[in-house]
Amino acid sequence: MSSNVTLPVAKEFEPRIVAFFCNWCTYTAGDLAGAARLAYAPNMRVIRLMCSGRVDPEFVLAALRQGADGVLIGGCHPGDCHYREGNYKCLRRFQLLCKFLRQMGVEEQRVRLEWIAASEGDKVQKIANEMTAQLKLLGPLRLQITPRVNGRPRAAECPPAPTKGVAP
Amino acid sequence: MSKPKVGFYWCASCGGCEESVVDLAEAILDVTAAVDFVFFPVAMDFKRSDVEAMADGAMAACMINGAIRSSEQRAMAKLLRRKAQILIAYGACSHQGGIPGLANLFDRQSILQTVYRDTPSTVNPGDIRPEASTRIPHGEVELPVLDEQVKSLDQVVPVDYYIPGCAPPVQLLKDALAAILTGRLPPKGSVLAPDKALCEQCPRAPSKPDNLLIDQFKRPHLERIDPEKCLLAQGFLCLGPATRGGCGWACINANMPCTGCLGPVSRTRDYGGAAMSALASLVNSNDEAQIAAMLETIVDPAGTFYRYGLPASLLFARAGANADKGGHEP
Amino acid sequence: MIRQIHEPSRIGVYVCHCGMNIAAKVDVEDVRAFARSLPNVVVAKTYKFMCSDPGQEMIRKDIQEHDLNRVVVASCSPLLHEHTFRRACAAAGMNPFHLQMANIREQVSWVTPDCALATRKARALIHAAVRRVADHYPLAKERVNVHPAILVVGGGIAGIHAALVLANAGKKVYLVEREPSIGGHMAQLDKTFPTLDCSACILTPRMSQIRTHPNITLWTYAEIEEVAGFAGNFKVKVRHKPRYVKEELCVGCGECVSACVFKEGRVRDEFNQGLSKRKPIYMPFPQATPNVAVIDPQSCLKIMRGKCAMKCVEACPRAAIDFEQREEHTDIEVGAIILATGYRTFDARKIPEYGYGRFPNVYTMLEVERLVNAAGPTGGDITLRDGARPQTVGIIHCVGSRDRRHHPYCSNVCCMASLKMAHLVKERTGAEVFNFYIDMRATFKGYEEFYDQVLREGVQFIRGRVAEVTDWAIRPAEKGKLVIRVEDTLVGVVRRIPVDMVVLATAMEPQEDAAAVQRKFNISCSQDGFFLERHPKLGPVSTFSDGIFLAGVCQGPKDIPASVAQAGAAAAEALCLVDKGFVEIEPNTAFIDEAACSGCRTCIPLCPFQAITRDAVKGVAVINQALCKGCGTCVAACPSGAAGQNMFTDAQIYDEIEGVLADV
Repeated sequence: MSSNVTLPVAKEFEPRIVAFFCNWCTYTAGDLAGAARLAYAPNMRVIRLMCSGRVDPEFVLAALRQGADGVLIGGCHPGDCHYREGNYKCLRRFQLLCKFLRQMGVEEQRVRLEWIAASEGDKVQKIANEMTAQLKLLGPLRLQITPRVNGRPRAAECPPAPTKGVAP
Repeated sequence: MSKPKVGFYWCASCGGCEESVVDLAEAILDVTAAVDFVFFPVAMDFKRSDVEAMADGAMAACMINGAIRSSEQRAMAKLLRRKAQILIAYGACSHQGGIPGLANLFDRQSILQTVYRDTPSTVNPGDIRPEASTRIPHGEVELPVLDEQVKSLDQVVPVDYYIPGCAPPVQLLKDALAAILTGRLPPKGSVLAPDKALCEQCPRAPSKPDNLLIDQFKRPHLERIDPEKCLLAQGFLCLGPATRGGCGWACINANMPCTGCLGPVSRTRDYGGAAMSALASLVNSNDEAQIAAMLETIVDPAGTFYRYGLPASLLFARAGANADKGGHEP
Repeated sequence: MIRQIHEPSRIGVYVCHCGMNIAAKVDVEDVRAFARSLPNVVVAKTYKFMCSDPGQEMIRKDIQEHDLNRVVVASCSPLLHEHTFRRACAAAGMNPFHLQMANIREQVSWVTPDCALATRKARALIHAAVRRVADHYPLAKERVNVHPAILVVGGGIAGIHAALVLANAGKKVYLVEREPSIGGHMAQLDKTFPTLDCSACILTPRMSQIRTHPNITLWTYAEIEEVAGFAGNFKVKVRHKPRYVKEELCVGCGECVSACVFKEGRVRDEFNQGLSKRKPIYMPFPQATPNVAVIDPQSCLKIMRGKCAMKCVEACPRAAIDFEQREEHTDIEVGAIILATGYRTFDARKIPEYGYGRFPNVYTMLEVERLVNAAGPTGGDITLRDGARPQTVGIIHCVGSRDRRHHPYCSNVCCMASLKMAHLVKERTGAEVFNFYIDMRATFKGYEEFYDQVLREGVQFIRGRVAEVTDWAIRPAEKGKLVIRVEDTLVGVVRRIPVDMVVLATAMEPQEDAAAVQRKFNISCSQDGFFLERHPKLGPVSTFSDGIFLAGVCQGPKDIPASVAQAGAAAAEALCLVDKGFVEIEPNTAFIDEAACSGCRTCIPLCPFQAITRDAVKGVAVINQALCKGCGTCVAACPSGAAGQNMFTDAQIYDEIEGVLADV
């Protein structure tokens, strides 16, 4: 391959999807999709977490604010959570968050929670393609531009340095 | 040596913040002994031209309450920013956008339409709307223009400190004044209130079970509230766990759940997101339909979790066709 | 040397070609140049195989030469090689947790056909990793001692072999089997392919070794109730079902069985696949281990109705019968677990056109195994239901396997089992035997030779999937017979083969409760329902739950040699863990910043492991690091940002969010 590819100029709208995948089921399914060479739309970018229970609604909001047109949360099927119930906690938050997002004019196809088992590589492919297609139809998420706060965007504001690993 | 000069101004607000100054009671005498109010439209007769006449930085400190929604408010915020060495966002509206900020759930056009046309009490056959400038026989008169969205003060001008609350608790005001007078101020950008959530030392904390899960969210106006027991433990949606303390548990002591007026602690990016995460996690069901049923009594999540801070939240305002692609102002 | 977080980041980015796996789709040189242009990146390189020794060596050298304190490797999934690169970093004196991987193979090159789009996605993932890694801080794995005992679940040949290997290595083994005897399916077989060894002859000595081995505690008629803990320290609750016969007293004389008030067997004999009846008190089978009688509570009059002459009690010379027995539980601690829970056979009724259950002379393979067996219901006589000897026998392959309506997979053993059965039937009865196959799979040592042998013996082979088994005779020769309708795809004609007996080579399928077992042990299933191995090639007996290993058909269809080999491998892996003596725990635990915690207790009920308690004196939550498994649920729920998770801090995740969304 030549060393200087010209990156394609987007002709049609290419949605950006941030995906939060749990380590045990959905991330593994993503690896499986890869191993099986199941091609899918390149719009989804995966962030690995240990459990869908780690997904804070703030992450979803931050992703939307940062320019995501959609957010996908992938966790183990009900009953299959590696940590027993993390996926249920994710489901509870997701439901409330969705109610809020509807009020904010964010369409339901934009933020999804899917149960994808480690063996369901094909489901990763299917959802990624499906979501990309739906978001193309919906068009970009048109959030109001946030004013900068004291010269820097609030969303990118770093909270005080996290407490570094409290010694066990 | 002359006393430090201080200003106190209001923008899109209700007047409650001024009331909080009155709540200083006798202590107001100590304040007036220590500082000179040079601009305080609610209490004293100063004009904008008086401020314009001041040298830049003439005021040691200026507190602005109220959100920013109009051209006039923006202009005043910028003017006062120039004239004050320390600019303080005073109260929830100035700090986070406040209750006026909930207007960001709608666009400007639909707000004007509702107010000037659709409300049952409106009689406006000519559909007359406020104009930025109107020619009258005596010349041209101007009205402030309503902005597309409500903003917090720091979304318009740089802010040095925040005094949170709706209205700010008297103690926070006293502490802030003492800090300004002694010069013992924390790093700029700080919220002048404790950085821990309200549950800490809450008088009802001992009655909160360690393993609290919630079966049903009750609405305070529909149920009798036990005056001793943790409100969350009773099923009332109390936002104490997510909200900055410093109010002296005023609502809790009045037997009402916390509605979050002091806003988030410093570690939170999106107050409503954090509060929703905590409270939804406690829903006592793993069944999709049952969870939905339990959340049904939270009829207005935006109004519940962003009551005082929609403009300061990550989404800022309702997404819509008239908006540009998300991001920040350049 | 562990560097401090306050140091400015000096990041090295290493982009792997993975041969052509990545480089064919991702312009690695472009990505490298992009990475080099990012803030704080001081060196960026590509290499053919980053995981190879020279690749690792390059990283090690760079860390020292360029004084790197952060490394990003853009290659395959972190689930595959994170450990490899952590080791490389540690070898150069860098904290291994200052590494972040960008998965540009499984998530990019293998799934993105377009090179330019793949390259762009790779850039985004690397951008996120570079941003995130700056927030990494030093961590260390904690060492926890490993309990030296090992639990083997399932007493078929795989479980037996694993238990014996471990016990012979001097380890304490618990073997738990839910049936009254160990032996599993192998005990039901007559001969084993391709060598035609007698199954019992090779299995029963091993069963008795299990019984007598000083290092093995055998619990039959027992099931695993609960599994808690983690690799090295599992806490397991075993439920012992009452057999109403004291195992320690019973010598298996069978007097009780003869004395039972039922003179004849009344209940379906599971071991003989229902081809015979047993009494409510019975010996599971002649070579049962332990050789102890069992009372079936579903049919025993004393247990069902409370009234019986209880001749069994009278007859027992050792007073072993005890109707007072109740379910009991034992709690054990083990360091490792081997699952060898086996399989069940496909229910042939689901393919009604083959007539199983409708035509008496349609049998499953396992039923015929019992018929062939000298200890079986007919004493080894292959007879039809009416006692007659079959003159012609048709064996249908792939019943339930390689069938989109049921199981798409190949059950692996049926071809060889069918060949063996063809041989045995021909040998015992002289019958003409037809095999109906789709493809003949005889791929292991000695298998093809056996196929040749059976061909030479005159067994007929017809290539084609059988359409139907019917008793509708249209020719005189078909009268009173079962007619197998099949397209002979080698000749290209539809044939009707009249036979006396049909044998269905039914598929192997996951145990009925495989999903429940999977949840209990916190492992995964693959799409076919068998337990999922950690890696199909490089971790074939490991699972995604450390310390839990797989052996035998519970992982996927396989024959006896493969099951035994896998059991040996699982035993070796378990030994490895136990002999090492400690496990290292990923430091991804959650923690509470006491200065920020308001003591609101939101986190406490959310922890599935009860790791969070409240310090009443300080009024804050406390997370027990030994109990925390690092899911992060409490961290996401904490409304005041007081809870954090090592390796997955809010700041790191926000950096990733911003990183993947950046225009690259």
